[in-house]
Amino acid sequence: MAATLFAAIDVGSYELELTIYEISPKKGIVQLDRMRKVIGLGRDTYDRGIISYDRVDEMCKLLLRFKGVMTEYQVDGYKAYGTSAIREAENRDVVLDQIKVRTGIVVDILSNSEQRFLCYKAIAAKENEFNNMIQKGTAIAEVGSGSMQISLFDKDALVTTQNLKLGALRIHQILAGMGGTEKEKKQLIQELIDNDIQTFKKLFLKDREVKNIIATGVCALYLGRGAHADKQKITAEEFQEFYESLRDLNEDQVSQKYDIPSEFVSLIVPGAMVYRKLIEVTGAEMIWLPGVRLGDGIVAEYAEQKKLIRFTHDFSQDILVAARNIAKRYMSNKNHSAILEKNVLAIFDGVKKYHGLGKRERLLLQICAILHDCGKYISIRTPGECAYNIIMSTEIIGISHREREIIANVVKYNTMEFDYTAASYTLTKEMRIIIAKLTAILKVANAMDRSHKQKFKNVRVSVKDQQMFLTTDSDENIMLEESQFRQKADFFEEVYGIRPVLKKKKGIESHAR
Amino acid sequence: MPDDREFQKYEYFQNRELSWLQFNTRVLEEAKDKTNLLFERLKFLSITASNLDEFVMVRVASLKDMVHAGYTKRDIAGMTAEEQLERIGEGMHRLVDSQYSAWNRSLLPLLKKEGLVFIPHHELLDEKQAAFVDEYFETSVYPVVTPMAVDSSRPFPLIRNKTLNIAALLKKKKGKEGKSVLDFATVQVPAVLPRIVELPPKDGVRSVILLEEIIERNISKLFLNYDIVCAHPYRIMRNADLTIDEEEAEDLLKEIERKLKRRQWGEVIRLEAEDSMDKRLLKILKKEFAVKDEVVYAINGPLDLTFLMKLYGMDGFDHLKLKKWVPQPVPEFANEDDIFTNIKKGDIFLHHPYQSFDPVVEFVKQAASDPQVLAIKQTLYRVSGNSPIVAALAKAAENGKQVSVLVELKARFDEENNIIWAKKLEQAGCHVIYGLLGLKTHCKICLVVRREEEGICRYVHMATGNYNDSTAKLYTDTGIMTCDEAIGEDASAVFNMLSGYSEPLVWNKLILAPLWLKNKFVSLIEREIKFVKQGYEGRIIAKMNSLCDPVIIQALYKASAAGVKIDLIVRGICCLKVGIEGISENISVRSIVGTFLEHSRIFYFENGGDYEIYMGSADWMPRNLDRRVELVFPVEVQENKEKALHILETELADNVKARLLLPNDTYEKQDKRGKVLVDSQQQFCDEAVKAAKALKKEKKAAEAAGRVFIPRESPE
Repeated sequence: MAATLFAAIDVGSYELELTIYEISPKKGIVQLDRMRKVIGLGRDTYDRGIISYDRVDEMCKLLLRFKGVMTEYQVDGYKAYGTSAIREAENRDVVLDQIKVRTGIVVDILSNSEQRFLCYKAIAAKENEFNNMIQKGTAIAEVGSGSMQISLFDKDALVTTQNLKLGALRIHQILAGMGGTEKEKKQLIQELIDNDIQTFKKLFLKDREVKNIIATGVCALYLGRGAHADKQKITAEEFQEFYESLRDLNEDQVSQKYDIPSEFVSLIVPGAMVYRKLIEVTGAEMIWLPGVRLGDGIVAEYAEQKKLIRFTHDFSQDILVAARNIAKRYMSNKNHSAILEKNVLAIFDGVKKYHGLGKRERLLLQICAILHDCGKYISIRTPGECAYNIIMSTEIIGISHREREIIANVVKYNTMEFDYTAASYTLTKEMRIIIAKLTAILKVANAMDRSHKQKFKNVRVSVKDQQMFLTTDSDENIMLEESQFRQKADFFEEVYGIRPVLKKKKGIESHAR
Repeated sequence: MPDDREFQKYEYFQNRELSWLQFNTRVLEEAKDKTNLLFERLKFLSITASNLDEFVMVRVASLKDMVHAGYTKRDIAGMTAEEQLERIGEGMHRLVDSQYSAWNRSLLPLLKKEGLVFIPHHELLDEKQAAFVDEYFETSVYPVVTPMAVDSSRPFPLIRNKTLNIAALLKKKKGKEGKSVLDFATVQVPAVLPRIVELPPKDGVRSVILLEEIIERNISKLFLNYDIVCAHPYRIMRNADLTIDEEEAEDLLKEIERKLKRRQWGEVIRLEAEDSMDKRLLKILKKEFAVKDEVVYAINGPLDLTFLMKLYGMDGFDHLKLKKWVPQPVPEFANEDDIFTNIKKGDIFLHHPYQSFDPVVEFVKQAASDPQVLAIKQTLYRVSGNSPIVAALAKAAENGKQVSVLVELKARFDEENNIIWAKKLEQAGCHVIYGLLGLKTHCKICLVVRREEEGICRYVHMATGNYNDSTAKLYTDTGIMTCDEAIGEDASAVFNMLSGYSEPLVWNKLILAPLWLKNKFVSLIEREIKFVKQGYEGRIIAKMNSLCDPVIIQALYKASAAGVKIDLIVRGICCLKVGIEGISENISVRSIVGTFLEHSRIFYFENGGDYEIYMGSADWMPRNLDRRVELVFPVEVQENKEKALHILETELADNVKARLLLPNDTYEKQDKRGKVLVDSQQQFCDEAVKAAKALKKEKKAAEAAGRVFIPRESPE
C-alpha cells in the first residue's frame, strides 16, 4: 500500500503549527514538512479570559494557508487540536465555530490530560531510548506556554501526572503586569515556582527516586540549544551552567548567544527556572530532550487508530496504573477493587452482543471499578458524590474530559439511584446511554462482592433466555450478596432487557427474584 | 598568538571602492592585452564602461548620500565617505583616461588595419559618405529627434539618466534684432536607433560612424532660425540608488513602481562631455546640472563606450572573435530516462557554462507537466527576457500544481522587468511572494515535490547562479541536483521561512543567511585553526566574487596567523590584504578575469583530512551575510566533491588569466616562463567537450556492439 499522508494541526497557546507526516509500513512515521507561526492566543486568554476578534482573524488566515498546504500535499486526513489557550477561553465555542465557518477546519479541544498523553505517546514512539530511560526513575516534564505537566514513572509504567500552572508564557504575562526591576521580577518568579513545585514534591513525589527528566515543550527545545545544542541528553551540571549564564544576560544577548529566535526569548528564563527547580527537588542527573511536538503525538494516535502502525508499549496499561495510583491515594480496598475489576470485565465481555460498546468503553468501565470507592475517603455517608468530585478534579492521563465525566457519573450512580433527569442537564444523549450501561454492570458486579470477601472469584457469565447467569464456584454463603442483588438487577434489566441471575456452581440455584 | 583586536586595524584593510576600481582596471587590462583577439578586446572595453556606469550610479551615489546626510563613520580601511569620494574620483579619472588611450591608440588603428574604419568625427566623412549620412538623417533620424531650445519662455528640460545628448549653442539668424545673445539647445540622441551606422563600403573596406556624429553634422536642420555656434555630445549620471523604506511602504510593489518614475529626477553625480566642448557650453551644463569640476569628465573620444558591445555584434570579422562557445551536454542526463529518474541515481553536479543549463530548465519544464508533481517552489532573482523557466512555472500553475515563486523585486536595475513577469505568473495562478521586508532574497533554490509510489519525494536544485538561461551562457556557476531527504526537508523549511513561517526547529544540512551563515563560516575557519593546533594541516580554499566582510577577514587573518594556509580566488572586490607580517602571510589572493564572468562560490575546508566543500549564493560581504537571504549547501557525494575541488585546483593553477594580489595592493599576472600554461576557463571548456565526446563514443560503441556488454574503464 502506498504511504498515507496526514496533517496535524496544533492550535497552541503561543504558536500554531502544521506538520505533514508520511506514514508507511516500511518507514513508519516520517515528518515531511512543518510550518510554525507565532500567534499569542494565550496572551488573550490568560490576560482577558477571551480570545479577541483580531486574533481569531489572524488565526483563520493562517489556518487557510495551512489548508492550502494540506491541499498541496493531498493529505489523506488531518486532525486539528486546540490546547489551553482555546480550552480556557470563555468564548471558545464561538471561536471554534468561526474557524469552522471560515476555514472548514474542525478544531477539537484537547483536554490537558489528553494533550499530555499525546505528547507521551510521541515520546514513547521513540521506543528504544524511551524504554531505556524508564528503567530508572523518570519524570516527564513539559513546560508549555500555559502550564507545565509532570508525569512520574515507576519501572515502566506511568504512575501519576500533575498539571501545574507554571507555563512560561503565563509566568511571563503575570510579570509583565507588575512593576519592579528585572531582578525583583526574577525573585518573584522564583517564589512562585518554588512554592508550586515544593507542594508537588510533598504530595506526589515523596521519596520517589528520579534519575532522569524527559523535557518536552516549547522551552525544552531552546534550553537544549543553550546547554549544548547538538546533544539530546544533557547532564544536570551542564544545565546548571547554562542556567547561571542566563542570569547575567538580557534577552537580546540570550537570543544572540544561544541562537534562540527573539519571539521565544521571553519564554526561556521562566522555563529554565522551572526546570532548575525541578532538577533541584528531584535530584535528577540526566535530562533528555527528545524534541517531540504535539503533532508527533497527534500522528501517532492517528496511525494507531487507523492501524497503520503498531506500538509495542501498551498505553492502556499506563492509564490503568495511573487510575490505580489514584485509588491508592484515596485508600481504596485493593482486594475488593481487584475482584470487582475482574467481574465487571467478565460481565462486559459476556453481554457484548447486548451493549454494543467498544474497547474504549471497556477501559472506562475498568477505571470505574478501580475508582468506585474512592469517595469513602472523604465521607462514608455520601461516597458517590464525593467520588464524583474527586474524579472530576483529578487528572487521569490519556482520558479526555468527556470520558472523565462518564467515569465520575458511573461511580456516582454506583451507590446512588440512577437519576435520568439530573443526568440530562449536562450530558449528551450518547454519554447518558454509556453511563447507564456501565453503571448497570458496575452495580451488579459490586453487589456480587458486597461482603468484600471475594466470594465470586471465578465468575462465569452466560446468557440464556433473557437471563444472564453469573456462576461462581464458591462454597461460601452468598445470602448477603443475594439480598443486595435484587435492586441492582432491576436496573440492569431496565437497561439491557436481561435479568442477571446469581448461581452457585455446586448445588442450589438461587434466583434473586 | 595575537588577540582578536589586533586584526582590526584600519591599515589591514583595503577600501572596497578602491578595490573595485582595481577590478575594473583588470578588466581594462584584458582590453589592452594583445594576446586577446581584437573584438574580444572591444568587448572588455565595453564591459569596463558599463561597469563604471553602474558603479557611479550605485556606489558613488550612495557615498554622496552619506556625505549629504553628514554621516562621518569610517569604513573598515578608516576612510570617511568624503575621503573615499576624493580617492575614487582620482581613480575614475585615471581609469577613463586609460580607457580612451586604449581606444584611440590601439584599438582604433587596429580596427582600421583589419578593414573596419571607424570614423570618429563627421568632419572626416568624404563626399559620398556625407551624402549617405545626410540622407540617413533625413529619412530615419529627423522624425524621431526632439530638439529643445532653452530661452526665457522655455526652461531647461529634464535630461534623463544615462542618455546621450548633444548640446549646442545657437545664435539667432536675423542678427539685427538680437545683439549677440547665444541660446542653449539640447537634443537627445534617440535610443531607438542603432548607435552605430555602417556606411557603404569603399573598395571593400567597411566603415562606420556613430549616430551622434550624424546628428551633429545635421543639427542646423533642427534649428532652422539659428546659426549653430557649436555642438557637442554629453551625458549625465544621476543618483539612482534605491533605498526603500520598507517599514513605511504599504505595498512594496507600488513603492518600487513609484521610485522608478522618480529615479529620473536624481541628483547629477557625473557629467561626461567631449573634451573639445566649447567652454561656454560646458559652463551652462555645469550650472544647470549643479556639478563641480571633479565630476566633469572630458572625454577624448566617443561617449559611452558600451556601444562597443554592438560593434562586437557586427557581421563578419569572425576571425577576430572567439568561436562561440556551445555549452556541452551533462553526461548524467544523456540517456532516455526522465530527469527525476536520473536524479534518483545520485546527486548531479552542474558546472555552467561549460555544461549546458538546459537540465535546469528541463527540471522545471518536466515538473510542470509531470502528473505526479504536486508542487514547485522557486526563488527568482534575475531572469532572462523571455525566460523558459517563467513560462514553465506558469504552465505548471495552469496544470493545477501548487506553484510558489519568490520574486526579488529589489534586484538592482531589473525591477521593471521583474514586475512585468511577476504579474504574469500571478495571473497564471502562481503564488507569488514579492520579497521580504528588509531583506533581499538572493538564494537560488528550486524545489519539486513529487508524490511517488513509495511516498513523497523532494527534488532540489541549488546553485550559485540565477535562474537565467542567458547569463548561464556567460557566467561560471555551479549547482547540485539532489533528492536527498534531509536536504528536501530543509528546502521545504527554506520556503516556509520565505513565506513568513518561523524558522524550523533544526536544520539538517542547509545554512541560511542572514541568521546562521556568517557564524557557520567563522566556525569553519576556526575549526581549521583548531586542527593546526592539534598538529594537522589547516587549509582553506575559497572562491567568490567579492570579499569584504570584516568579521570573516579577521577570522581569516587569525587563521593565517595560526598557520592555516588560505588560498582565495576573488574575482572582484577584496578588502583583505596579503603579506602583512604576522597577519596574512599565509594568505594568497588571485583574481581571474576571463571570457566568462567568474561567478561561482565554492568553499573548501580541509577539516583535518576529511575535507568539506560548500557552495552557495553568498559572497563574503556584509550585504550577503547580514542583509540577504542566502543559501549555502554542502557538496556531499565524493565524486562531486572531487569535481568541485578540481575547479578550485585548476583555478589556483591558472597562470594565463589569473592575477595575484601583491602586498603593495596591486594585482599582477604571474611569471609564466618555463611553466605549462593553464587557462582554467579554456581547460574547463576542453574537459567538457571531451566528456561529451567520450559519451557519444560510448553510445555509438554500445549501438555497434549490440549484444556485447562494454565494461567501463576507470576514469583516467
